[in-house]
Amino acid sequence: MEFLQQLVNGVSLGSIYALIALGYTMVYGIVKLINFAHGDVFMVGAFIGFYSITILDLGFFPSLLISMVTCAILGVLIERIAYKPLRNATRIAALITAIGVSLLIEYGMIYVRGAQPEAYPGNLIPATSIDFLGVKVSSQSLLILGTSLVLMILLQFIVHKTKIGKAMRAVSHDMDAARLMGINVNNTISATFAIGSALAGAAGVAFGMYYTKIEPLMGIIPGLKAFVAAVLGGIGIIPGAMVGGLLLGVIESLVSAAGFSLWRDGVAFVVLILILIFRPAGLFGKNVREKV
Amino acid sequence: MRKKKLAGVFMSFMMAAGVLAGCGGAASTSGGKDGDTIKIGANLELSGGVASYGQSIEEGIKLALEEINKEGIDGKKLELVTFDNKSDAAEATSGTTKLISQDKVAAIIGAATSTNTLAQVQIAQKNKIPLLTPTGTNPTITNKDGVLSDFVFRTCFIDPFQGTVAANFAAKDLKVKNAAIIIDSSSDYAKGLAAAFQTAFEKNGGKIVKEEAYVAKDTDFNAILTNIKSANPDFIFLPGYYEEVGLIIKQARALGIEAPFMGGDGWDSPKLVEIAGADPLNNTFITNHYSSGDSDPKVQDFVKAFEAKYDGKSPDAFNALGYDSLYFLADAIKRAGSADPEKIQKALEETDGLQLVSGTMKLDKNHDPIKSAVILEYKGGKQEFNTKVDPE
Repeated sequence: MEFLQQLVNGVSLGSIYALIALGYTMVYGIVKLINFAHGDVFMVGAFIGFYSITILDLGFFPSLLISMVTCAILGVLIERIAYKPLRNATRIAALITAIGVSLLIEYGMIYVRGAQPEAYPGNLIPATSIDFLGVKVSSQSLLILGTSLVLMILLQFIVHKTKIGKAMRAVSHDMDAARLMGINVNNTISATFAIGSALAGAAGVAFGMYYTKIEPLMGIIPGLKAFVAAVLGGIGIIPGAMVGGLLLGVIESLVSAAGFSLWRDGVAFVVLILILIFRPAGLFGKNVREKV
Repeated sequence: MRKKKLAGVFMSFMMAAGVLAGCGGAASTSGGKDGDTIKIGANLELSGGVASYGQSIEEGIKLALEEINKEGIDGKKLELVTFDNKSDAAEATSGTTKLISQDKVAAIIGAATSTNTLAQVQIAQKNKIPLLTPTGTNPTITNKDGVLSDFVFRTCFIDPFQGTVAANFAAKDLKVKNAAIIIDSSSDYAKGLAAAFQTAFEKNGGKIVKEEAYVAKDTDFNAILTNIKSANPDFIFLPGYYEEVGLIIKQARALGIEAPFMGGDGWDSPKLVEIAGADPLNNTFITNHYSSGDSDPKVQDFVKAFEAKYDGKSPDAFNALGYDSLYFLADAIKRAGSADPEKIQKALEETDGLQLVSGTMKLDKNHDPIKSAVILEYKGGKQEFNTKVDPE
């Protein structure tokens, strides 16, 4: 019974990772850039949701929408200002820029509002625990899991069935050829960032609802964990991010359950190292031989 | 060319260091005398993770400053120089260096937490400037491995006392036998309280059935709480800080853990109720330095003055200890008859029977005050006075 409860704990923790990892993996899949600022867009999303709820007095869903829209705009701005000028630069230059953007957002936030935490109001969504075979499942974690699943399916649909999705896949395959075929590469990449960042915003609001406490540096650890989750599932593969996130959550819960709660964060990164050594393409990835 | 440039940078760095060192030396002799004012530094957590502690202490200090400066000390006024250490130990260290070398203060109040105070101890000792922490309760602040830090003082009681009071209350008043402990393993404060609790609780015939740990900034505690739940304790000791404590209690109640929780003064923040919610906090207790519900006239006068200055806001323990810290210092400066840091240190050491809001001040040989504690209970999101415990 205790084991079952720990599994449920792991799944609810993992669905947050999955929600963040979806945006990560999507941006990587299209632009081949690990957007380290993703965790911080997630943080900004949490704060925008918080201010919409407390200052503008809105409900959960309008706040979620505002947060997603604002984060989408923020994502596009980041891409246009920081990443676009580096599109033909080396990978490492873009990576370092991403880390810089991440720090800028974190400390910019602290500069604007201070570093003190805020608490999401607890009465927006009924927080009841559902008893199932002696296992307590909170309704909020079901909501988060449901949100991640719906967003994953939506994302799969956008990427595989729509025109913009087709453009994204073309850009991902060969940027120059796509341009020659008349695809507007800049707009396609912007759309990718907009969707990815909107997902981060949604994750931020969901996180605030579930864990109550938000603060300017809250995006760092979940961001890194989501990165691990994305790599675990196979970076660039959307269902992979979902499975990777859930798996990572369950692994962490079981590590804590075994009495090693202080090693929990360490284990997440051990998982990253192991997957990079033994299956660099991730669980869902196919080994693609590099063209020489 | 490049080598020359590097050498230049190195030279200018060395010169800057020389100037700074010179300042430090000068400060220890001239010690904060500046005409008719005596400069007091305050190195506090005004932003960052535990900002609520630092801000509360500052409010208390400012009220005391106003009252003391009405008459002055032997015709001199106190001047407060505040430094925000951003709840960060490294910032706290550089803040103290700045207060001593640039502002040339006669004494320093701060910081709120044990970790951030420990980060300043060496600098205060080296420059011979009294350092007074209002709320740093870890024993090693004043006495590390049997060596007394003679320039370091505190206004509050120490961790072992808080842990012992909590253990006695659990065993004798709540009559519980099986306790679990959840420790913030990144905090000296939490570890100190937990160790004292365990010793005293076992002495009373109780048993620790489970011990779990977390680190500051964790947000998901469901896994360790599930472990706690299966051990089925009838009491849980949780000596952490309010950010994590709030989340732990909220998640514990959602998992169906109904046992009472108890912690120390680290819980004492309005943010705790916001994070945990009022209902989950029912059936929880804390040990604290002071309660605004105490009927002592000294306490009631302070509550009235505080409410008048801060729009009816009821003072918490951090407000009271900030207020007491400046009075503690002012009393010593008055008896020393000088703003010389070394004379202030001597006078602080000799303090005996000074009446403060948080109890009567007397120091033991480790510079630790011997004074009473109160136990508060959370009911409907409000702290209610339960009992007052005197030192044995």
